Amino acid sequence: MNALRRNVLKGAAGAGVVAVAVAAGLLKPTQAMAAWNKAAFEAKNVGDAMKGIGAASPADSKDITIKAPDIAENGAVVPVEVTSGIAGTTSIAILAEKNASPLVGNFNLSGGAQGFISTRIKMGQTSLVRAVVNAGGKSYTAAKEVKVTIGGCGG
Amino acid sequence: MAQPMRIRATMAGDLADVKVLMNHPMETGLRKDAKTGQLVPAHFITEVSAAINGAPVMTAEMSGGVSKNPYLGFKVKGPKAGDKVVVSWLDNKGDKNSAEATIG
Repeated sequence: MNALRRNVLKGAAGAGVVAVAVAAGLLKPTQAMAAWNKAAFEAKNVGDAMKGIGAASPADSKDITIKAPDIAENGAVVPVEVTSGIAGTTSIAILAEKNASPLVGNFNLSGGAQGFISTRIKMGQTSLVRAVVNAGGKSYTAAKEVKVTIGGCGG
Repeated sequence: MAQPMRIRATMAGDLADVKVLMNHPMETGLRKDAKTGQLVPAHFITEVSAAINGAPVMTAEMSGGVSKNPYLGFKVKGPKAGDKVVVSWLDNKGDKNSAEATIG
């Protein structure tokens, strides 16, 4: 829990900086964040985002299952479920390839947690939803296309 | 500021099935307010951590790309009914929240 506490402190300090920077119109709020994998989350393309999470060139894998709708009526809420059948899965990242910032979330699993993550993401437009799995020091990936009729990013 | 969070944890065979619903606006910082035309400042959860009986099972980093009022589901092998699940999150403004539930 010490790591979390440190993050909270940094977050609180960062918030003040952000408020000033936003008021001055100089900075996007996320730029003053600490402890969070900023490079990966602010990457504007899939390649940089994958590099940011230490998976520059993941191998395609059939053992990763992505459950998501073929057509999402509302891009603001797209249910995505990733199941990794790869033994020793330690993390699962979810990317929406054509979002302004493709990396949506990176989930680290430990202590008996299975290779499974279920969540809901936003998608700006029709694109591939990609899962990147780290297992035993190697990275694997799979993707599924989701068609979006109404985008859920910005307006 | 922090709003309640809901956790449901049930045993499904030998796996604990944990479902978490967090209350959060998850603003990306890219959306414009329909009335004023101004960008709505980014406000989203950046980190989530979950522990069962004090042992960490899942830590996540996320961006504004996760839907409003984030839902998170994961499965853990090992816990028994009656074990305690604690989930906490932290957002980009330094707000945080934590909740606990008992596996049923």
